[in-house]
Amino acid sequence: MATPRLYKTEAVILRQRKFGEADRILTLLTPAFGKIEGKARGVRKTTSRMSGHLQPLNRCMLQLAQGRMTDVIAGCETLESFHRLREDLDRLSESLYVAELTDRMLPERVPNYPSYRLLLDTLRRLEQGDGGEIALRYFEIRLLDQSGFRPELEQCVGCAKRIEAESHFFSPRAGGVTCPACAPDSEGARSLTLNGLKVLRQLQREPYNENARLRLDAPLALELERHLRSYVVCVLERDVKSAAFIDRLRRESQFTPAEV
Amino acid sequence: MNESSPAIAAPLARLVQEFYKLPGIGPKSAQRLAYYLLRMPAAEAQALAAAIVEVKERITLCSTCQNVTEADPCRVCSDALRDRTVICVVEEPLDILAIERTQAYRGLYHVLHGTISPMDGIGPEDLKIRELLERFRGDDIREVILATNPNLEGEATAMYLTRLVSPLGIKVTRLARGLPVGGDLEYADDVTLTRALEGRQEMEQDNRDGAST
Repeated sequence: MATPRLYKTEAVILRQRKFGEADRILTLLTPAFGKIEGKARGVRKTTSRMSGHLQPLNRCMLQLAQGRMTDVIAGCETLESFHRLREDLDRLSESLYVAELTDRMLPERVPNYPSYRLLLDTLRRLEQGDGGEIALRYFEIRLLDQSGFRPELEQCVGCAKRIEAESHFFSPRAGGVTCPACAPDSEGARSLTLNGLKVLRQLQREPYNENARLRLDAPLALELERHLRSYVVCVLERDVKSAAFIDRLRRESQFTPAEV
Repeated sequence: MNESSPAIAAPLARLVQEFYKLPGIGPKSAQRLAYYLLRMPAAEAQALAAAIVEVKERITLCSTCQNVTEADPCRVCSDALRDRTVICVVEEPLDILAIERTQAYRGLYHVLHGTISPMDGIGPEDLKIRELLERFRGDDIREVILATNPNLEGEATAMYLTRLVSPLGIKVTRLARGLPVGGDLEYADDVTLTRALEGRQEMEQDNRDGAST
């Protein structure tokens, strides 16, 4: 898609990094152009008119000018600032995870409207605070789907037989469930409970509204998180850094915070 | 950079390489600086070299507030006139200079040397947080002022510190957020404006003494 020299787009700011004296380079997800980078000049000065609008996780209307290397942000206005996400450390850490995963999974300049929609919906769900765990797991399953890494949950990834409701394993390397016979051949395959399999299938098949009512007990929630995260790490071939912070907050909330 | 160019002498090429490592210095600036040094009087060049060596040898972190210092404890921490019951927590040593310039704060400081940035993999263990908690053990600290930057990472750090410090029965405050002096209302983002409204203050009648608080 040929873009004019000066163009406008809506965007969610996924991440930012410092650049030069007072500039930042932002990673943006747009509905029409996919993931792009934009340079914001002078936003690290207190007098910047744009800095408040260009915080990560903000949804903004941007005006961009095509540059030689990266496009330059000429103007911006906040559309949605998710301020309730920012005021709660747990929700914030979860939404940063969502942003990081989106950034890592999507290639640059490939239009992907479903992923933009998914990101916005997930941020709104996290902000509303309904079903944090389910919202995150649904997000992971859908994002994997949209980027071509849909996990196989119906038949064994080893022998292609239908998975029977007995004992089954999840293999991040092979990208799906395996039957007990194939599990030993699949490196890193770990046991998946029947309830775990059911929830994963439902997340994959049904729209979010059908899943929102799901209530997971702590062991099941942990199991699903582990399986999906190990698969995500396998696909990305790298760790999702913000996941470590979520784990840390959870660990510390279980103890009295006397020591770091 | 072309290291093996015959037009440039080896020691000079090395100097160019060293300048090139500095932030904000590109290949051309590095060359210009190196050639400038070459023409400099020997005494001045010596002074520059000595200053660099001295900084590396004599500057350490204050064992109390983690600020960069020549003497340990630093001059702020050892100043008997300062209020020892308040600690102002900042991200970087340069933030202390900014606050000191105002001459409005007479308490102590603590430098974190960074902010929590989950997406970059920078967690609490990479900051001087343990050292901060250590300070509550000995001294009688009544208030902690969180002066991290009002951006995403700064806020995350402030919220995390609040979780750690509040249960200890110490008052935790955060620098006010609102409109910058010389700013423009119509360009303000809604978070800033909301904060500014929340933190609005009653106008006082002209005070002949000029004392505002």
